[in-house]
Amino acid sequence: MDIIKDIHDQLTPKRDDLPKFSYGDNIVVNYRIIEGEKERIQSFKGDVIKITGQGATKTFTVRKTSSGVGVERIFPFSSPNIADIKVVKRGRVRRAKLYYLREMVGKKARIREKRTQ
Amino acid sequence: MSGLIGKKIGMTSIFTEAGRNIPCTVIEAKPNVVVQVKSEDSDGYTAVQLGFGDKKVKNTTKALQGHFDKAGTSPKRHLREFRDYALEKSVGELVKIDEVIAEGDFINIAGTSKGKGFQGVVKRHGFHGVGDRTHGQHNRERAPGSIGAASYPARVFKGMRMAGRTGGDRVTVKNLEVVKIIADKNLILVKGAVPGHKGGIVYIEK
Repeated sequence: MDIIKDIHDQLTPKRDDLPKFSYGDNIVVNYRIIEGEKERIQSFKGDVIKITGQGATKTFTVRKTSSGVGVERIFPFSSPNIADIKVVKRGRVRRAKLYYLREMVGKKARIREKRTQ
Repeated sequence: MSGLIGKKIGMTSIFTEAGRNIPCTVIEAKPNVVVQVKSEDSDGYTAVQLGFGDKKVKNTTKALQGHFDKAGTSPKRHLREFRDYALEKSVGELVKIDEVIAEGDFINIAGTSKGKGFQGVVKRHGFHGVGDRTHGQHNRERAPGSIGAASYPARVFKGMRMAGRTGGDRVTVKNLEVVKIIADKNLILVKGAVPGHKGGIVYIEK
């Protein structure tokens, strides 16, 4: 395990530039897409429904509803293709894996906002 | 042919410069010792025997102790012979990773696959089971089905694929790309999976 950790430290530098967020938060991920020569940025806005893995293989899953269809995307934390991340809302949730959102539609699929003073 | 003996450490993934995420297996191959060199004159064929991983002298038979003394090394746990070794090596010399392979090479890796115990035909041979859950059927979902005809030939043919011990076989995976070599730590990263459990011994062949 330690050898793998060393490899992560050596080959996959940590992305310190990304803001801290947690499961339940609503975020916008601006993702670089390379099409042949051209490079453009695509943004994906949704709720973080899970964070899993560790080291270089740590990922987070963002879920949104796009014209009535649920869409989920998994991003690696250490991906060089993430241009930036913006936290829109901090969510108040009672579990770390929000799989129950997959079963919910419309108003039920909302996450309460965290109140901070 | 050239090769090395190594130990599987585990899997991870790394990003290439183009931003692609590739799955990798990490293999640790500390320098192997040449324990014996076989030649056309002495043995009728050419080969090199490599040793990997230390073991205690008291756990080594007298016969093997003599064998290792001849090479001037401490006893090794794993020995393997490589036919027609590509590098010129004499007894007692070390073989390091970067002498054998370079980044971007394609190598074959052999190891012992994970043992799965006694398994049915669906897992062992990829059968699809007899079929439905419904339509009057109740207990044949993962059954093998027919294993042959009736009064002629009145027996089951040899080699019929049936349930049994699965895994634990020697498996070779061919043409794995070497993604990265970390020479100072004796590590190799190859693209994709490698047979066996973590800590298992693998043979790198090129």
